Amino acid sequence: MALPITYNVRNVRVRWQLTLLAVVGIALVVTTIVFLTAMASGFSLALRATGRDDNAMIVQKGANAELTSGIGRNAAQVLLVDPRIARDDQGWPLSSPEILVVASYPRKADGADVNVSVRGVTPRAFEVRGGLRIVAGRQVQPGLPEVIVGERVRERYGFEVGSKVSIQNKPWEVVGVFAAEGSGFESEIWGDLETMAEPLRRTGGYQAIVVRLADPSTFEAFKTAWEGDPQVQVSVSRERAFYEAQAGPIAGALLGLAGFVGIVMGVGAVFGAMNTMYGIVASRTREIGTLRALGFSRRAILASFLTEAAILAAFGGALGCLLALPANGISGATNSANFSEIAFAFRVTPPTLFAGMVFAVMMGIVGGLLPALRAARLPITTALREV
Amino acid sequence: MSGNGKAPMVAVEGVKKVYRRDAEEVKVLDGLSLEVPEGDFVALMGPSGSGKTTLLNLIAGIDRPTAGKVIVAGTDVAQLGESELARWRSRNVGFIFQFYNLIPVLTAEENVALPLLLTNLSKKERRERALTALKVVGLAERSQHYPRQLSGGQEQRVAIARAIVADPKVLVADEPTGDLDSKSAEEILALMETLNRDFGKTIVMVTHDPRAAQRAHTQHHLEKGVLSL
Ligand SMILES: Nc1ncnc2c1ncn2[C@@H]1O[C@H](COP(=O)(O)OP(=O)(O)OP(=O)(O)O)[C@@H](O)[C@H]1O
Ligand SMILES: [Mg+2]
Repeated sequence: MALPITYNVRNVRVRWQLTLLAVVGIALVVTTIVFLTAMASGFSLALRATGRDDNAMIVQKGANAELTSGIGRNAAQVLLVDPRIARDDQGWPLSSPEILVVASYPRKADGADVNVSVRGVTPRAFEVRGGLRIVAGRQVQPGLPEVIVGERVRERYGFEVGSKVSIQNKPWEVVGVFAAEGSGFESEIWGDLETMAEPLRRTGGYQAIVVRLADPSTFEAFKTAWEGDPQVQVSVSRERAFYEAQAGPIAGALLGLAGFVGIVMGVGAVFGAMNTMYGIVASRTREIGTLRALGFSRRAILASFLTEAAILAAFGGALGCLLALPANGISGATNSANFSEIAFAFRVTPPTLFAGMVFAVMMGIVGGLLPALRAARLPITTALREV
Repeated sequence: MSGNGKAPMVAVEGVKKVYRRDAEEVKVLDGLSLEVPEGDFVALMGPSGSGKTTLLNLIAGIDRPTAGKVIVAGTDVAQLGESELARWRSRNVGFIFQFYNLIPVLTAEENVALPLLLTNLSKKERRERALTALKVVGLAERSQHYPRQLSGGQEQRVAIARAIVADPKVLVADEPTGDLDSKSAEEILALMETLNRDFGKTIVMVTHDPRAAQRAHTQHHLEKGVLSL
């Protein structure tokens, strides 16, 4: 009963000049949305730690960023005996006490001085944090003035393996580069905690302690117990939630912006598509009359023009995705809660592209609806009279 | 009912057609009656604006009378609902237009096969039938050509193939030679005669051309919405 899709495809192809404006309009909207979404998703990934669900993040009571937190070594000792914390074969707690300072380096691109987080960790940190791996060089050796740098740091500041970076006026050798699944750690410099504690003047305690829980379901009990303990004065959150609380508002705002821009531009593109489809219907009025005379139903005509609008929009969507594709990997930067720069890579993901295509086709169908209805409602005799 | 007791293929009974343009009423057909026996080849003549196309549209079931009855192939056309009427047309009426009305983006064969999309024939059967119809009009070798690659006369022959492909009983033609040179017009008329004589199609043709009208068996003259002799 329906008209074949090839009929619509060929019409779109043959009269592509007529559809150009609508196709480009839809393409631009899709490009913009994909671009903003890619930015939002790269951004929220960067501000998230690698984030395991069974990790608890312990900071000073009331601190919502690591830099402004301090936990005394004594308090840490007390905390780490908690039986809910997972232990290794030797009975050592799976924990990562960490210190954090901010150093400033000239950015390779423009020479501007930018803050970078320097984190001192124990040899256990990679294991406890999870998701980290060395991609060049090697790990630091405790006792030596060595650091490893995140991939983003190498990129943005040119700290290659073998080069020296200055931390608190002392040279440290870069011995390795690490990746952290796109997370903010990739924008940090890491060294050995005990080696760094003194030069960084952090001998009194830690900024944060991450602990692996033996059983993640004990988290609430763990949290309640320590937050209520006046001796240690800490706040406990799930590792992932801790970082997401920092990233959330901005990433949410970006996604909101993508949505808002998408809707505003989308409305414009819908009108563009509508205008084009009205033009297409007008130019094919006699053809519509002919098809109806031959016995095609109003519904077949309606479906056919909606299909054509969708095809046209899909072309626009594909073009838009193509235009947005180079955004993948573009790096942006933002400030973390630790007042240091976090670089992130735009992430154009298949789901984002798919969503862009779906949005494009929706714009086409919405824009095509009224023109298709007009086509379907044309009286046959009037339509046939058209030249 | 016609004299020999057999129901006519087309029976128009006391048909009125009034168009309303704003407040003004235009009476196009005013109590017109007409019978076309099965197998007849009728020419409708008359001055411009006399209502020929209007009458043809009523017979073809793409318009409805304001009053009166139009019975074609035993069906009271005005009684059918919108979608029933569409289905009825696809089975009973073949259309031939002055400007051929082929779909430009479809090949000759695809154009001819178009009405068969409304049947439940397989793709292969549709192709075969379309090619058969193209053979009847002598254009089998042009099946893969697009309308713009054909001459006017060839386009009209493709259109005729499309009109007969679903094997309807009635063919309606509105000035089928109106846009053709005399040689092509001659070919088209010969083809229509063949369809009438050898394939038994009942044909109602509107024409301004007296030579075309002479090819028909019966001529009717329309004058201000009524038939005159
Ligand atoms: N949809 C319509 N609305 C209003 N008036 C109409 C409509 N269709 C036809 N008419 C009028 O009805 C009259 C008859 O039109 P019709 O097309 O039937 O004439 P015709 O005999 O076919 O003329 P021609 O030889 O020029 O094709 C004309 O005056 C025309 O303007
Ligand atoms: Mg006419």
